[in-house]
Amino acid sequence: MESYLFPFDSLICMLLGISFTVWFTLLLVFIIVPAIFGVSFGIRRLYMKSLIKLFEWATLRMDNGETLKRSLPPTSYLQHHHNPPVSLEQEIHEMRRGGAEPEFDMSDIFYFCRRGVESIVDDEVTKRFTAEELESWNLLTRSNYNFHHISTRLTALWGVGVLIRYGFLLPLRVTLAFTGVGLLVVLTSIVGLFPNGRMKNYLSDKVHLMCYRICVRSLTAIITYHDSENKPKNGGICVANHTSPIDVIILASDGCYAMVGQVHGGLMGVIQRAMVKACPHIWFERSEVKDRHLVAKRLSDHVADTSKLPILIFPEGTCINNTSVMMFKKGSFEIGCTVYPVAIKYDPRFGDAFWNSSTFGMVNYLLHMMSSWAIVCSVWYLPPMSRMEGEDAVQFANRVKAAIARKGGLADLLWDGGLKRGKVKEVFKEEQQKLYSKVLVGSSEDRSRS
Amino acid sequence: MGSRASSLLREEDIEEIKKQTGFSHSQITRLYSRFHSLDKGENGALSREDFQRIPELAINPLGDRIINAFFPEGEDQVNFRGFMRTLAHFRPVEDNEKNKDPTSGEPLNSRTNKLFFAFRLYDLDRDDKISRDELLQVLRMMVGVNISDEQLGSIADRTIQEADTNGDMCISFSEFTKVLEKVDVEQKMSIRFLH
Repeated sequence: MESYLFPFDSLICMLLGISFTVWFTLLLVFIIVPAIFGVSFGIRRLYMKSLIKLFEWATLRMDNGETLKRSLPPTSYLQHHHNPPVSLEQEIHEMRRGGAEPEFDMSDIFYFCRRGVESIVDDEVTKRFTAEELESWNLLTRSNYNFHHISTRLTALWGVGVLIRYGFLLPLRVTLAFTGVGLLVVLTSIVGLFPNGRMKNYLSDKVHLMCYRICVRSLTAIITYHDSENKPKNGGICVANHTSPIDVIILASDGCYAMVGQVHGGLMGVIQRAMVKACPHIWFERSEVKDRHLVAKRLSDHVADTSKLPILIFPEGTCINNTSVMMFKKGSFEIGCTVYPVAIKYDPRFGDAFWNSSTFGMVNYLLHMMSSWAIVCSVWYLPPMSRMEGEDAVQFANRVKAAIARKGGLADLLWDGGLKRGKVKEVFKEEQQKLYSKVLVGSSEDRSRS
Repeated sequence: MGSRASSLLREEDIEEIKKQTGFSHSQITRLYSRFHSLDKGENGALSREDFQRIPELAINPLGDRIINAFFPEGEDQVNFRGFMRTLAHFRPVEDNEKNKDPTSGEPLNSRTNKLFFAFRLYDLDRDDKISRDELLQVLRMMVGVNISDEQLGSIADRTIQEADTNGDMCISFSEFTKVLEKVDVEQKMSIRFLH
């Protein structure tokens, strides 16, 4: 028995050794070396094309299924009125009985009533904080809402998909992620030992780019950059719409930015401290975040120094589900330097990148990301914008927001992203009340005049 | 195989709701999906907080009254049936329905029922009369702090004077209906649901 096991044992060891070596060589050749030099073999794009064909086939199969037709959670529940928005005053006057203008009419209530029930049936805000619904199924159960058992073939395909994603892709990606982050920490610390100067900046740029590129590959992110001639330059601020923490990796793998953020503990803290050794980033203590003047001052100082990298900021302040752009916080627009807007649009067919922080924690989210098929997105660099004469920070912010929404094909909303967690401010209700009061009181003034 | 919203709604339920409310099959499944997305607690019923989470409703001066209309007396949960029953009041009146013989009682979206829904918004204590006090309270909700008590009081008095025919200083439902007989209630209290 024993002598039988012996050669078997060493055979297993040998096989393991060989597969390990092969694995690492492949990793090095196909992923790490290209990341260093910023080139690509095009493997990911090929992968993406084959996946698209696969999803289309799967959807076709499901549509031919004998069971219930898939009813999609719709994106809208009301017929869209394409009439121009009518003010409260106009609508109420239209609604009244006519004849002598009364101050108050019992039918006024119909206006508020109908508007209220319309917002119960469909509203613009609540649907922005949950993941976008898809038209075709991408073989991920988590994005499937009405799956009924259609055919064994499809189920088998889904099963194979699970095996591939969790058994092969996930470990590969986790290894890469650890490599990327590890290299980032180690190399930036090494670069930090150099004396300040051009050499240090050059090395720091290279190191940051390389590590972010490895991270990009660890998510199998397939990114298309448009209009790279508008890439942000030193002494400016780069603003972008926010969908997930991955946005940072996507932008930073194509250009060098100074990051802004709160100081964290744990692993994030280690990364932050290492990064700041190589080039200046702006990390705030928790207490400093509340002090708006301090924040504004640090940002302006950084921007004034043209040897420092452009700052990367997400003015929405929270993650939105990539179907719309919500209110931009005006802080970054008050600084008075050039703003470089960037629009990021994810393709939801391959994996939903939206981070619903009330449902998932960070680790859970990253696991979801790494076990999706891929992350496909497009990045548009818009031409730089500056505050115009007579424009205040809020108007400037809205102008930039509109440009980003238009380019990325997203809805431009005035609502605050803070509504994800908090209640809407009373002041908006008071505005509605004020408008209605004008309707009542305004007509009595006219009456007293006549 | 994960199945969410629509498999929790059975065909029998859909048929019953269809009969009661007049919505089509696809409208019911769509609205179920909306109901489900509002139901954050995932317990098959909506609470007042679930409604208040809708920003456009929260800024509506009569938001709380409208939310109240969904909840039957003394309850704080509304299930999907109750949700649909209330929404049915806002279904547009179709031409072929206007001439239908009301054998199964009046449809929920008839003119009378629409008017009654609005009447209920004013009638805070549900005693089928709108008293001066109730009218004042609702007016106060609609105008906020922008109009003085006296002015609001005189507006209320004038309104009751105009409408009150039997001299009891309150507006009953029939007086309410009379006052609004020239208003196109069917159009003003209807929402264009997607088919």
